[in-house]
Amino acid sequence: MAGGLDEIDKRVVKALQSDFPITAEPYRELAEQAGITADEFIERTKKLKNMGAIRKMGAVLKHPKVGYTANVLCAFCVEEDRLDTVAKNISARKEVTHCYDRNTAKDWNYNLYAMIHGKSREECENAIEDIRRENGITEKPALLYSVKEWKKTSMKYYSE
Amino acid sequence: MELSNFDKDLLNVLQEHLPISERPFKDIAEKMGADEKTVIDRLNELKKAGFIRRIGAFFDSNELGYTGTLVALKVKDGKMQDVAEFVNKYAGVTHNYEREGKYNLWFTLLSPNAKYEEKVLNEARNLEGVEGLLNLKAKHKYKINVAFKLK
Repeated sequence: MAGGLDEIDKRVVKALQSDFPITAEPYRELAEQAGITADEFIERTKKLKNMGAIRKMGAVLKHPKVGYTANVLCAFCVEEDRLDTVAKNISARKEVTHCYDRNTAKDWNYNLYAMIHGKSREECENAIEDIRRENGITEKPALLYSVKEWKKTSMKYYSE
Repeated sequence: MELSNFDKDLLNVLQEHLPISERPFKDIAEKMGADEKTVIDRLNELKKAGFIRRIGAFFDSNELGYTGTLVALKVKDGKMQDVAEFVNKYAGVTHNYEREGKYNLWFTLLSPNAKYEEKVLNEARNLEGVEGLLNLKAKHKYKINVAFKLK
């Protein structure tokens, strides 16, 4: 929880949000931004990772660049008592990068969302058909294909 | 630019794990039987060529004290650009996509407190051209942004 983060931790978080240097000693450069030593920066980063505040240290690729040009946000209706099992099945698939369950609304009864990537729309829709068949999802899902990207950015925490 | 087998291995390793150490790229190089300079030079090239969206830390927003939600708007014909650009201006909106379907604008919102979220949702709901709003809170995150294995 954020309650466990002190001011120096927050400076470390802010430094880690900036462009990560691809150099021999990247953490030393980030430590300078945060105004602490490289050793302390590394220790604090490890602590943030261990406590779960950092969920991943690594890279995220540009999906279209590596051949995955189609993607669809697919919203399913799944009975509440099977939701957990179905969500875990869907999450195990390699085409699925995100899977969340969400609350429903008055004219919107979809409760399970999966972000599906493929090399074509057909590949995405084949995956969705597999998912429906394997999990016995009878209700037609909503296929929320993107029409235009208006914004895609990384969050800047502690900047307000 | 075509990815070599070395590039694919390197990106696969890096998608999984970036060491938290004095010389992280040296650690990766050793694991791959390469040298540090080769890894650093090649990663800089791959980044410049646009293969890497982001490298570094990915945070759990809840652990940092933020709450997230997915918001869907039903936007009237001809008003999309105005509404989308208005929504883009909020800090905390990280993804904003026009999509097919009756709800045609979908954005993610991270808020440092409930008051901020309420303010954004109220303002969005009352924008000219907005005919409906869904506030879709995640209950459980089963999978989040997992690596793509390159073969």
